Amino acid sequence: MPTFSTSTKRRVHGMLKLYYGLNEEGKAADQPESLDPCDINGPHFDPEVYLNKLRRECSLGELMDQESCMVKQIRSLDSDMQTLVYENYNKFISATDTIRKMKNDFKKMEDEMDCLSANMAAITEFSACISGTLQDQHTQITKLSGVHTLLRKLQFLFELPARLNKCLELQAYAQAVSSHRRARCVLQQYSHLPSFKGIQDDCHAIMDKLAQELRQKFRDGGSSAKDLSECVELLLQLDEPAEELCDKFLSHARSRLEMDLQGLEAEIRPFPSTPVESEAPGGPARKPSSAVATDILEFIDRGCNEFVSSLCLVITSYQELFINHAQTGELASKNIPQMANGKLHAFVDDLAARYFSLVERRMQEEKGVGDNSLLVRALDRFHRRLQAVAKLLPGSSVPNQGTEIVIRAATERVKQYLAALQSFYMDSLTDVRQALAAPRLAVAGASVAAGGALLGGPASGRDAPTSLPELLSSLSASILNQIKSVLASVHLFTAKDITFSNKPYFKGEFCSQGVRESLVVSFIKFVCQSSRQFCESAGDKGGSTPPALLLLLSRLCLDYETSTISYILTLTDEQFLVQHHSPVTAVTTLCAEAREAAQKLLNHYVKVQGLIISQMLRKSVETRDWVNTIEPRNVRAVMKRVVEDTTSIDVQVGLLYEEGVRKAHSSDSSKRTFSVYSSSRQQARYAASYTPSAPMDTNLLSNIHKLFSERIDIFSSVEFNKVSVMTGIIKISLKTFLECVRLRTFGRYGLQQIQVDCHYLQMYLWRFVSDENLVHFLLDEIVGSTAHRCLDPAPMEQSVIEVICERG
Amino acid sequence: MEDDAPVIYGLEFQARALTAQTAETDAIRFLVGTQSLKFDNQIHIIDFDDENNIINKNVLLHQAGEIWHIGASPADKAVLTTCYNKSEFSLYPSDSRVVSCAAVWRMPSDWETGSHESPDDSAHNPQTLELLCHLDNSAHGNAACVLWEPMGDGKRVISLADNHALLWDLQESSTQATVSSTATLEGKGQLKFTSGKWSPHHNCSQLATANDTAIRGWDLRTMSQIYCIENAHGQLVRDLDFNPNRQYYLASCGDDCKVKFWDVRNVQEPVKTLEEHSHWVWSVRYNHSHDQLVLTASSDSRLILSNMVSISSEPFGHLVDDEELSEGEDNHQEDKGKEPLTDSVVSTYEEHEDSVYAAEWSSADPWLFASLSYDGRLVINRVPRALKYRILL
Repeated sequence: MPTFSTSTKRRVHGMLKLYYGLNEEGKAADQPESLDPCDINGPHFDPEVYLNKLRRECSLGELMDQESCMVKQIRSLDSDMQTLVYENYNKFISATDTIRKMKNDFKKMEDEMDCLSANMAAITEFSACISGTLQDQHTQITKLSGVHTLLRKLQFLFELPARLNKCLELQAYAQAVSSHRRARCVLQQYSHLPSFKGIQDDCHAIMDKLAQELRQKFRDGGSSAKDLSECVELLLQLDEPAEELCDKFLSHARSRLEMDLQGLEAEIRPFPSTPVESEAPGGPARKPSSAVATDILEFIDRGCNEFVSSLCLVITSYQELFINHAQTGELASKNIPQMANGKLHAFVDDLAARYFSLVERRMQEEKGVGDNSLLVRALDRFHRRLQAVAKLLPGSSVPNQGTEIVIRAATERVKQYLAALQSFYMDSLTDVRQALAAPRLAVAGASVAAGGALLGGPASGRDAPTSLPELLSSLSASILNQIKSVLASVHLFTAKDITFSNKPYFKGEFCSQGVRESLVVSFIKFVCQSSRQFCESAGDKGGSTPPALLLLLSRLCLDYETSTISYILTLTDEQFLVQHHSPVTAVTTLCAEAREAAQKLLNHYVKVQGLIISQMLRKSVETRDWVNTIEPRNVRAVMKRVVEDTTSIDVQVGLLYEEGVRKAHSSDSSKRTFSVYSSSRQQARYAASYTPSAPMDTNLLSNIHKLFSERIDIFSSVEFNKVSVMTGIIKISLKTFLECVRLRTFGRYGLQQIQVDCHYLQMYLWRFVSDENLVHFLLDEIVGSTAHRCLDPAPMEQSVIEVICERG
Repeated sequence: MEDDAPVIYGLEFQARALTAQTAETDAIRFLVGTQSLKFDNQIHIIDFDDENNIINKNVLLHQAGEIWHIGASPADKAVLTTCYNKSEFSLYPSDSRVVSCAAVWRMPSDWETGSHESPDDSAHNPQTLELLCHLDNSAHGNAACVLWEPMGDGKRVISLADNHALLWDLQESSTQATVSSTATLEGKGQLKFTSGKWSPHHNCSQLATANDTAIRGWDLRTMSQIYCIENAHGQLVRDLDFNPNRQYYLASCGDDCKVKFWDVRNVQEPVKTLEEHSHWVWSVRYNHSHDQLVLTASSDSRLILSNMVSISSEPFGHLVDDEELSEGEDNHQEDKGKEPLTDSVVSTYEEHEDSVYAAEWSSADPWLFASLSYDGRLVINRVPRALKYRILL
């Protein structure tokens, strides 16, 4: 029994546990499941074992206590159990109540559901019935609404003329055109119907009127560009012939552009309007200056801002209207873009040509070379603004023409610079001339002093030495400076920030041909040329060019040859980075030219100076009655004058040219006795010539002499040194003396006078020449010829001659 | 082609005056007048034997004085004019004076035969010129030169004396001379004709004269000036010559060492200028037949023969070529070798040692000329053969 009871008890216990959610594992987790059968709460509790154990171990008292404790526990457990059972019962009762209640409710619901489904069936039936009856009416309504819209359209059509008229009145052209466009197709389609035809006609009439008005507006031209383009757009939409529109548009634009051009033209000749403007009240200081001459930059600015920008605007709107627009629309098929483009090109070319001609005229007025930067900036702006046209109108010749104008202006400017340089050069020469004329007295005074102090020592021309070399250096420096400043000015044309400087012309040809050849080389050539002209034109008259100027120029040309030319050209090449595509004048050619000019000038100087002295000698020989002259007591004044002049020439030449080499002098040249016609030999010579038996001897002697001396070229080229120059001058003078003597007949004293004169010349002239034998020879010839031409050849004693000459 | 060497002949005296015997067209003959103050002056008649290259000379005495200018009659071989200085020397210096005169002379008829008989004696026993008449111009000043009417009958001469040009008529076999008309150069200062030339053109009605730096043209019918080239040369004009074939062309030379060619219709600018001499040019002469050949003599002791093709009357270089060009290519090829002649100096003759004051073409042989230097040296030269054949062929 206990076994049974325990197993049953355990089963109930397990079920309860299950209900309350307590499983054995949960408990076991709380406390280790004791396998001890003595644990009263453990699952393996064995009352027998437990009792045995108690009985064995415990005393009675303890057993008693144990027993009472156990009774107490059993009692409390029983009461607990009772409570629980009661509670469970109550719950069960309420659950049963609930179930019963639910059962009742479901039944009610079921009934209502049945009712509902029945109702729904009825509704479906009714609905089908209704829609069946309404079918016909519905189709009718749809049809009616279609008719309604059609009618509304028709109404629009019928109202169109009136609406258009109203638009016309209100000048709402755009609206009118869009309305008409909407109706146009329909009208076109139904035009066979008389009523529509009427409407169409009305519309046409109105639209024609509208087009008329638009055209009128278009023609009036008072409207702005925007209005205008709107006009054109509308007209185009009205199927107006595009060509005509193009023409009209362009002619309209033309009239406006031409006004700009006229404004520009008026600026070119501002002078007629000047008085009016200057009298205008207001800033009298400002007005005249602006009225008298707008400077080129201002002019170009105005041209750019007014003409070019309007032109660009016209081009843009035109292209917008006729080309771009047309390309998208139906007009494209009619080749309108091409036609319009062609017209535009012609239009632009025409106007641009006029603009260019104005610009060129203005450029031509730009004569002054003062401020080149202004011109360059103007040209730059001009060129830059034309690039806009180029962008708008690719393929147009306008930019190229513009570039050409720039090129022309540049070359023109280079030419002007050349002219300016040339005139500067000529002006400087004039200045030099004046400077030479001014200290003339000083030089003359110095030379007189020098002549007087001849025996005392070297010539002392103190005023002259400072002036000539200074003049030369200042002339040379000022020319060089001028060239440099001109180069700097011209250089502006090729500056990096100038738009046209990267054109191939300005990179290549302008530098090499324009600047180097036309400007620098031409100028150098001009210098040489003008120098040569001094020799040619003035040469015959002799006096028109001061000899000192000739000398100075000769030195200038020589300096050019040695250094200046190569310096200038190197400077140019460096500044302009000239790349020589085309052959350019070589430095050597120019140097040769300069040297030639220098040579020519110096030769001419010799000639002129020689001529001056020659004239004195010639006059002195020609005007005297040599047959009946008196016995010489003095050296003739003219000889002194010759020596003085020669000395002053020597000083002058010495200022600019080096000494040069001369053959060694004999120990005392001035004291040399004239061996050839010294008394003893001369007597023999003359004696021989007057012996009838041997008339040939005269010639023999002189011929033998000539055999041993070299032939003398009188007007020959001289070298670039003082001695050579002086030799040339003295040669010319003495040869003249000789020839003049040969044309005269002399008396005894005539011969003696010539002897004295020649001795005097001998005393002073030897020091100037490279080879004193030359002077000796020529003087011998003179005296010899005089003796031949003498009726009564009785030469003077050498000692007497010396005394006279030393007396001065 | 070698050219013959020049033939040189020395005179005893100094000499300036030279002329060809104009009327003589067969023999090559030149007349030279000497200048000597002390001795009797002479006229040397120089005959040149072209074939043997030999000179024959005959001497005639010209006792009147030293000869400054000589002119041969174009009609009568024996008649000539001289301008000479007559010095009246006196021991009292103040009484001495020199007068320039002009006279017409006749050579003795037998001068030639005389010389043939005793050529060696001629110097010792010279015959004397026969005076036909004086061109007495004491009223008009010193004679500078006497000009025969070119290609005339030897009846008319012009003498230039100081500032007068006198036209003389020679009558009764030139024994009488009367002044038919005169022209006088007016102006400030002492004007003086230095030289002149009677134009062979326009019926010999024009004369050109030089004074100082100016050249003037005169119409002999009215004796009035027809043109004037002021400042023709920078300095004194020494000589003139007319182009024998081109009537308006005139050559001049002067102290500026230049030779200038003028078209007298345009006196502003010379047609051409030569500047080859290195001293005064004293004489300029056109060749009588080939006017491109111009001879100039200068006191630089040189004689220069120039070939002035561009201003000659003969067709100028390529003009001829152009015509031939059209005929065919072959001609063209040939012409290339023969490039057209340009103005150039043909030759410079340096045989003289002293100033050359005169040069003349022979009247008989157009390729031959003589030049005379102050020391009395006469040189006879020929145009280089190469040039001669080029001109002829």
